[in-house]
Amino acid sequence: MNKSVNKSVNEGVNESANVNLDANATAAPLTLRAESLTLIRGERTLFEDLSFQINAGEALILRGVNGVGKTSLLRVLAGFTIADGGQVTFYNKKQVPLGAIERALTRYVSHANQLKDGLSAEENLHEALLLDAIASTHQSRLDALNKVGLLAQRSIVAKKLSQGQKRRVGIASLILCRKPIWLLDEPTNALDDAGATLLLKAVDQHLTDGGIAIVATHLSLALAQTSRTRELLMHEITLKTRH
Amino acid sequence: MSHAGVKPKFETTPLDTPEHGLLVAAARDLKLAMRSRGELMQALVFFIIVASLFPLAIGPETAILKRVAPGVIWVCALLAVLLTLPRIFHQDYEDGTLEQLALSRYPLTIICAGKMIAHWLTTGLPLALLSAVIGMQFGLSPVELGVMALSLLIGTPILTMLGAIGAALTLGVRGGAILMALLVLPLYIPVLIFGTGAIEANMAGLDATPNLYLSAAIFLCGLVLSPFAVAAAVKISLD
Repeated sequence: MNKSVNKSVNEGVNESANVNLDANATAAPLTLRAESLTLIRGERTLFEDLSFQINAGEALILRGVNGVGKTSLLRVLAGFTIADGGQVTFYNKKQVPLGAIERALTRYVSHANQLKDGLSAEENLHEALLLDAIASTHQSRLDALNKVGLLAQRSIVAKKLSQGQKRRVGIASLILCRKPIWLLDEPTNALDDAGATLLLKAVDQHLTDGGIAIVATHLSLALAQTSRTRELLMHEITLKTRH
Repeated sequence: MSHAGVKPKFETTPLDTPEHGLLVAAARDLKLAMRSRGELMQALVFFIIVASLFPLAIGPETAILKRVAPGVIWVCALLAVLLTLPRIFHQDYEDGTLEQLALSRYPLTIICAGKMIAHWLTTGLPLALLSAVIGMQFGLSPVELGVMALSLLIGTPILTMLGAIGAALTLGVRGGAILMALLVLPLYIPVLIFGTGAIEANMAGLDATPNLYLSAAIFLCGLVLSPFAVAAAVKISLD
């Protein structure tokens, strides 16, 4: 039973030559760096010695088959899971899991919809923004819902929205949240083509604003074509048996 | 690429006004509770029904009823609270908003404290008030009813605080509800002893205040410590 899973991580597809950080030229530049991260779950090594750096205005696409550890990596970056080795740094400072700075910076979108069933689309936006201490007006929330094509559904309780519509509320919430680091786990799930385009546009705008996006997906996203985007291909390549 | 300098697109400064987070979290949970009032009533109706079964089962002998009243009413309240504990975190865990709460710009400790306040306002407080009505079925005098309501007013917040720790620890565990009960009920014993002790002392013509003070002491300790314990438990279950 002494199986161990080895994994190699290839990085650097689409390496950008044109990374421009002038959005944050005077402020301390936002960077997110993973240094030799290792995560072991039970007998499985999900990733080992994984390092990368993402600067303001860049996106990282986590690619790979199901179960390869994309969600686990996102949860490490978000501070929910403590890595077994290595460290994550924000602004060149070591990550304090769920610390004040980390909470101010990161927004995590899980594959759950993160909506309260009993609240309407607009109320859900309101509650999410209250938690992030972001002042929003009724109008700004309606504008955001309009952007994702849900203005007509603003007063419908989330329970009665379709899966895709729920995801769209999530996009509206992302647009308004004003946090620079987006960790998105399979964000295109349940979205139709138009919805996926909306999401890509939102991420694109976010990068232009100097934000960072890390997107786990098993699909090839159109986003991967832009120059600010790199891919991190995660895969299990060998199953070795130890003697 | 032309960027408009350092326009504050992002809100990256840590917050230094956590008190506000308490209000935000409490108001959020109260609002959600109000949206599912039926669920809210269930525990209260459970309390009323179960506590009313005893006079029917034991019979109308006032002496016996009075003797068992403090224990019966307290245990019923305790079980009613136990039924409502999953409400604190379970729904948030299921729909993914617990992660949002954990990454809120307000500290998780404050958020948890707010959630406990909302939970007590929607369960402990109504139970304490209802107990006075229920107590009449057991032939308690007005003073005894008052002492009982007071003991529950002091005791139920402790039930919420200890229960929230158990609820957070058993998130995502299979058979979590039973496990939570097994985890939490032993911790409820001191609260139960002092709560019923106060009423019994009063009935025996003794001073009820020592028991109430002891309850209050536990309450104050819980007030200071439980938000940290609950937040730590939530972090564990998010891992």
